[in-house]
Amino acid sequence: MIEKKMTVIELEQIYDLIAEGIDKAGPDKMALFLAKLSLALANLLGDGKAVAGAVLAAGRDL
Amino acid sequence: MHTPSSDPRASVFYDYKIHRYRRPDDVDGKRPAKPVAIVGAGPIGLAIALDLARFGVPSVLLEEDLQVSEGSRAIVLTRRSLEILQQIGVERPFIEKGLPWSQGRSFFRGREIYKMLMPHDPDDRYLPGLNIQQQYIEEYLLGYCERQPLIDVRWGQRVTTLAQDDAAVTLGIDTPDGEYELTADWVVAADGGRSTVRKLMQLRMEGRSYAGRFVIADIKAKINLPTERLCFFDPAWNPGNNVLVHRQPEDLWRIDFRLPDGETEEQALEPALLRRRINAVLSMINQAVEWRLDWATVYSANTLTLDKFVHGRVLLAGDAAHLLPIFGVRGINTGLQESNNLAWKLAYVIKRWAERPLLESYSQERVQAAREICEEGGKSTRFMTPPSPGARLLRDAVLSFSLSENFLKDLMHWRTSRPHDYRDSALNAFGEADREFHGGVACGQPMRNVELAADAYLFDIIGSKAGFHLMLFVGDEGLTPALREILAAAEGLAHPVHRLIVAPAAPLDDTPAGPIVVDTQGRLHAKYDASPGTVYLVRPDLHVCARWRRANPEAVLQALRRATGFAEGCSS
Repeated sequence: MIEKKMTVIELEQIYDLIAEGIDKAGPDKMALFLAKLSLALANLLGDGKAVAGAVLAAGRDL
Repeated sequence: MHTPSSDPRASVFYDYKIHRYRRPDDVDGKRPAKPVAIVGAGPIGLAIALDLARFGVPSVLLEEDLQVSEGSRAIVLTRRSLEILQQIGVERPFIEKGLPWSQGRSFFRGREIYKMLMPHDPDDRYLPGLNIQQQYIEEYLLGYCERQPLIDVRWGQRVTTLAQDDAAVTLGIDTPDGEYELTADWVVAADGGRSTVRKLMQLRMEGRSYAGRFVIADIKAKINLPTERLCFFDPAWNPGNNVLVHRQPEDLWRIDFRLPDGETEEQALEPALLRRRINAVLSMINQAVEWRLDWATVYSANTLTLDKFVHGRVLLAGDAAHLLPIFGVRGINTGLQESNNLAWKLAYVIKRWAERPLLESYSQERVQAAREICEEGGKSTRFMTPPSPGARLLRDAVLSFSLSENFLKDLMHWRTSRPHDYRDSALNAFGEADREFHGGVACGQPMRNVELAADAYLFDIIGSKAGFHLMLFVGDEGLTPALREILAAAEGLAHPVHRLIVAPAAPLDDTPAGPIVVDTQGRLHAKYDASPGTVYLVRPDLHVCARWRRANPEAVLQALRRATGFAEGCSS
């Protein structure tokens, strides 16, 4: 289970911010944008094990 | 010539009554100005008329049609709305008819992914939600209006023109007997989302409209499921979209679903397609039963509001003033809070108990509330009907995660309509006194109910009396000389200030003027962070506007002046 670390208010802000980022990237570059974002966030997290866990979690129920 | 239909609307559950148009005497010549004309006999117009009558203010209620609402439209009353109806003294038939509920469940790919529990305190008299059709809401309110001699309900009256000056508003009204003019000191526009008054005044709303369209269909069917809000994301029969199901009284079920992008209203309401989709919903909830359609319509979500609800002598309320998304039952419940906020202020200005700036506070408080609801409701709307590819992808990511992870689940809770906190209101007496509290109910917040004994609540005592309330907490010694001075000072005012004395044990040494609540368990003290000597000043709409650990008569009178629009900082 991924630990919940943010309030719902913070989550909502992030939600809108990323949605806008995707729309700005456009349909062709959407995947590239999200891959870059994942790398940047993984680096900021600085915890390889946690990133590996998140990769597994994100791969479920697609 | 206005010729309203006298054919009862079609319904499989509701027996529409045609109300008689009566020729108003104004048709035969101009009559003296009325104190208040209310345009629109929907739930909000009816509630304002009843609320004004509590303060002895008469009103004329103008309704274009001869019968109540077409379709059930608003179907959920919140606890706050019931508390407001209780204040007006009309809650009984609603409680008898309505279906109370307190939770919602959300499903995705056949699994329950979220349970929404609406906040409930054991000290509340009512559950968070009560399902009841708008026809009954209007019928019950109307019944009380018809028994109230101060309310003149006029059916079959269509407003066609509006002109105002500093002294009054003149409405041009079309009737089956032709046109006449009605002059009123004040006009309340409660004529709904397509408000004629708003159009006549050319008022524009700010905010945004969402493209996604939804069908609402009410069906009569024997379905054996509890009263709760069901939500299905991405069902197999309607990929990428969602479905809501609500139970209403008399075996009526509300089915609400989002349409595929690009589908028109005509396509969506085509009987065979609608039938197939309703059957698909019933199969999905394992209730493939016989049903009959009552009413269906198509809507889209808006987060729009006027930036002022007071325009000279015209006051707008409810959907006439704003269009809010339905997620979170925002429409009627926001409107009832408006009528409750407006009625006392208008009554006080008419009775000269307050200065006109008090009405500006209606606009300040309620526009701020509408903007916050637009902001909050917009988030729910963007989840239910994602307006862009990015928003849709994020929504789908949240749903996908919800099957295995919990950290995003709160995003599925659209916050339900609740009483607004008027913390920024110019009517609040802020200052040192309020900062001495560590909890309780702060200035601007709605009062909180307390169960005093079995089936006896604080709001039963305090709510039904029209006027301000002073709630005084006393110790074992009873009313101190300081508290008696405060009561004496409030007695000299033109408007009624009711008292409520909260004592740890009965009886006091002598009979004080005002009811006594014996708080043996200290629950009221705890909820209001009170100690002996604590005083709360409560507005007629049951929002706190001042409180003190140690009050004195001058501070209380000053707070009452401020709360009735006399103080600086409250002017427009």
